[in-house]
Amino acid sequence: MTKIHVTTTINGEPEEFLCDPNETMLDALRNRLGLTGAKEGCATGDCGACSITLDGTLVCACLMLAAESDGHEITTIEGMAEGENLHPLQTKFLESAALQCGICTPGFLIAAKALLDENPDPTETEVRFWLAGNLCRCTGYDKIIRAVMDTAAEMREAAQ
Amino acid sequence: MNEISNKWIGERTIRPDGIDKVTGRAAFAADTSMPGMIWGKVLRSPHAHAVIKSIDTSKAEALPGVKAVVTAADIVDFPVDTPVPLGIQDMRWMCRNVLAREKALWHGHAIAGVAATSEAIAEEACALIEVEYEVLPHAIEIDDALAKDAPILHDFITFDGKPSNIAGTLEHTKGDVEAGFAEADLVIERDFTTRPVHQGYIEPHACLVSTAADGKMTIWSSSQGQFMVRAMTALLTGIPQSNIRAIPAEIGGGFGGKTIIYLEPMAAILSKKSGRPVKMVMTREEVMRASGPTSGSKSTVKIGVRKDGKITAAEGIYWLQAGGLPGSPIRGAVGCALAPYDIPNGRTLGYDVVSNRSKVAAYRAPGAPIGAFGVECVLDEIADKLGMDPLDLRLKNAAKEGTKAVHGPTFPLMGYVESLEAAKAHAHYNAPLGPNQGRGVASGFWFNAGGESSAQVNITEDGNVVVTTGHPDIGGSRAGIANICAELLGIDYRRISVLIGDTATIGFSNLTGGSRVLFASSIVVTESTKKIIATLCELAAKIWDIDPEAVIWEDGEARPAGANAGQFPPLTLEELAARANESGGPIGAGTQLNTTGAEGGFGTHICDVEIDPELGIARVIRYTVLQDVGRAVHPSYVEGQMQGGAAQAIGWALNEEYLYDKNGKVDNPGFLDYRMPVASDLPMLDTHIIEIPNPKHPQGVRGVGEVPLVPGPAAVRNAIHNALGIYFDDLPISPPRILAALEGQKAAAE
Ligand code: FES
Ligand code: FES
Repeated sequence: MTKIHVTTTINGEPEEFLCDPNETMLDALRNRLGLTGAKEGCATGDCGACSITLDGTLVCACLMLAAESDGHEITTIEGMAEGENLHPLQTKFLESAALQCGICTPGFLIAAKALLDENPDPTETEVRFWLAGNLCRCTGYDKIIRAVMDTAAEMREAAQ
Repeated sequence: MNEISNKWIGERTIRPDGIDKVTGRAAFAADTSMPGMIWGKVLRSPHAHAVIKSIDTSKAEALPGVKAVVTAADIVDFPVDTPVPLGIQDMRWMCRNVLAREKALWHGHAIAGVAATSEAIAEEACALIEVEYEVLPHAIEIDDALAKDAPILHDFITFDGKPSNIAGTLEHTKGDVEAGFAEADLVIERDFTTRPVHQGYIEPHACLVSTAADGKMTIWSSSQGQFMVRAMTALLTGIPQSNIRAIPAEIGGGFGGKTIIYLEPMAAILSKKSGRPVKMVMTREEVMRASGPTSGSKSTVKIGVRKDGKITAAEGIYWLQAGGLPGSPIRGAVGCALAPYDIPNGRTLGYDVVSNRSKVAAYRAPGAPIGAFGVECVLDEIADKLGMDPLDLRLKNAAKEGTKAVHGPTFPLMGYVESLEAAKAHAHYNAPLGPNQGRGVASGFWFNAGGESSAQVNITEDGNVVVTTGHPDIGGSRAGIANICAELLGIDYRRISVLIGDTATIGFSNLTGGSRVLFASSIVVTESTKKIIATLCELAAKIWDIDPEAVIWEDGEARPAGANAGQFPPLTLEELAARANESGGPIGAGTQLNTTGAEGGFGTHICDVEIDPELGIARVIRYTVLQDVGRAVHPSYVEGQMQGGAAQAIGWALNEEYLYDKNGKVDNPGFLDYRMPVASDLPMLDTHIIEIPNPKHPQGVRGVGEVPLVPGPAAVRNAIHNALGIYFDDLPISPPRILAALEGQKAAAE
């Protein structure tokens, strides 16, 4: 198989790599680029553990081809904190124990950030439906939903 | 208990592994790679039941890029007539579970493994392996397996002197059940079924195995016990345990399903043969087809009561699916079913039934939700018929300290009655219900567990603390340990690192399971920390030149015990650590114990549902979990266990089931069609923690994680009954079942 040359931006840094034509973005991130924060729970778009953003839009990395990232901007969980400074969602997830095993956490954080970027004041129902594509088997979602709502409230307050 | 000041125990501290988990740095099993690593893939049976006549791997081996192939011939055989127990498993069945030997026993049973330079080549090579099968008729459901003309899975299993698919039984009796039923004013008997449910951990099974030229092997894998991984891999490969180092990766959920291994022995052999590190990761489809769910069951439960609600006799007969190899959790089913009640005459009996499904694995309070389901449903009906509040009925019969359980033990101090009283007084229980809404309650019990644990606590040269234990942390146990150690040492918890050791760096520790980890590990951590405090006091005594008895440890420093001890400025942990060589040298202490004193746990759930009569959907709209946890060392993670268990219970009750086609193949091996609850399916899950400290534990810990699944399915079912007036005795109560029942109700009314 002839490899494809991809030039892209990942977490704000320019990146170049070669990939197979049928290689998913998730495999490229995890197996080629050393970015293992996005997880594979299903590879069929049903669990959200592989959530990343493509030009700011939430996507499942397992449903995207690596070659499709050419000329676009990818953000993964590794790019969420700025150095030592955690994103407010990351801090709130820690404070509220919104994770147990933590395998779903990168996906939830990326998805929740995409929600708050779009809608800084979501209702509980909106949060629940937005995150319905992210599976968590440990928490029952209660603390995750609360963490997202609380972060939204704090970020609104800070923005004022 | 009194010695604990509670500065840190009960605090919602930040977990030690937290930052890594919110930044993507935490290394789960599939996140580890090595130079020169190759990939392993598994060939699986396309038949539900077949004799394996021959396996020819020559074409696969000839494929460029293929480095090694493994079949059952490479795995140590444990003859079927000699039991080799290892924990709750038996190596006779484990060796046949890891790779099919004489027969393929379910669709998806592993037949062979291939390691190659890429996953694609390994997969291509699997397709080149030629297996000659003699396909046999199969049995999937319990009734198929028990039918007169059922295909017999194992000719070495007999029951009543005949070849059978019943692989074992377990019975508990107390009193005279027949006499008890004769005394009853009301006897209710019903048949129930529950479906096999997968643990549904989001992280598929994965491992990486590297073998050095001298035969020393390192295994990174996701499991509920690195020592279990080492022991089973050693037994199945014939490699001595001392040559295997099993490193626990962060585990992405287990719920019991990772108390056994699937890939590690294959990867070990592939690595040994190829001389390369081998990584194997299951796909979700493989997880669903080939790893163990909990049993499906059928049961008959009969309970007799007097007019005042007092139970005179109770009986539960259970048939549990084991999958293709023996070993369903009948102990949990027959042991936990009647445990919440003071029953003068009781009997439970469980049958272990093999059929052509993947071998079951432990799942959160293994067997107990199955045992509780029928009992809690029949109690609901009794309360209804007697016109009695269902919590009052349970209170009238509740087991207490001193009650002799049907499964044998006499209960110690425990908080079951408290959970019922708290439920009765709870705002949720007393809130009004709207149209199409209903409310149900149910209770449940789990044994909890002690067992082997090891801990090493070391004081660093700069006066901080490193705690190492031997249990994979599946839901925040490191946070609990940090709280306990901080409390004992009187220092800020952020000065304590809590790590999980591997099999080479910490002493033997049994599985993370059975709600035992915080119970057992806090005992060994407490012992070690106490030894360290004694050392620190001795060091201070030496520096001050006074008697060690005259030194006390308070707020993170050594102080003279009183005026008579002399006047010395306190010595802090940092100061003492810096002067460690003035006495015995480096400060550290290890403890290895077989812990005892775990006491059972009880909980009660309240569930409200609302039925959409058009779509047949039962939506849970409010849910409260009430449970005696002994001591909530870190309340957030205690609540998390209660909420997570309840969410899983709702999945069991309403949606989750495997669908098989006529060839015995699972039709829904993915998250789209095997429908676990998502965020939009659930309400907030309220928790009410009850703390009746376990007197046999230094911090009063009882164990938390298993109980919150046990009452849940019945609580949901009873709520649906309350809403519709219809008894659903078969799980899951999915929309088609509700619609059919509503139509039946309408037809009956017309
Ligand atoms: S791995 Fe991409 S959605 Fe599950
Ligand atoms: S925390 Fe384990 S799956 Fe969400």
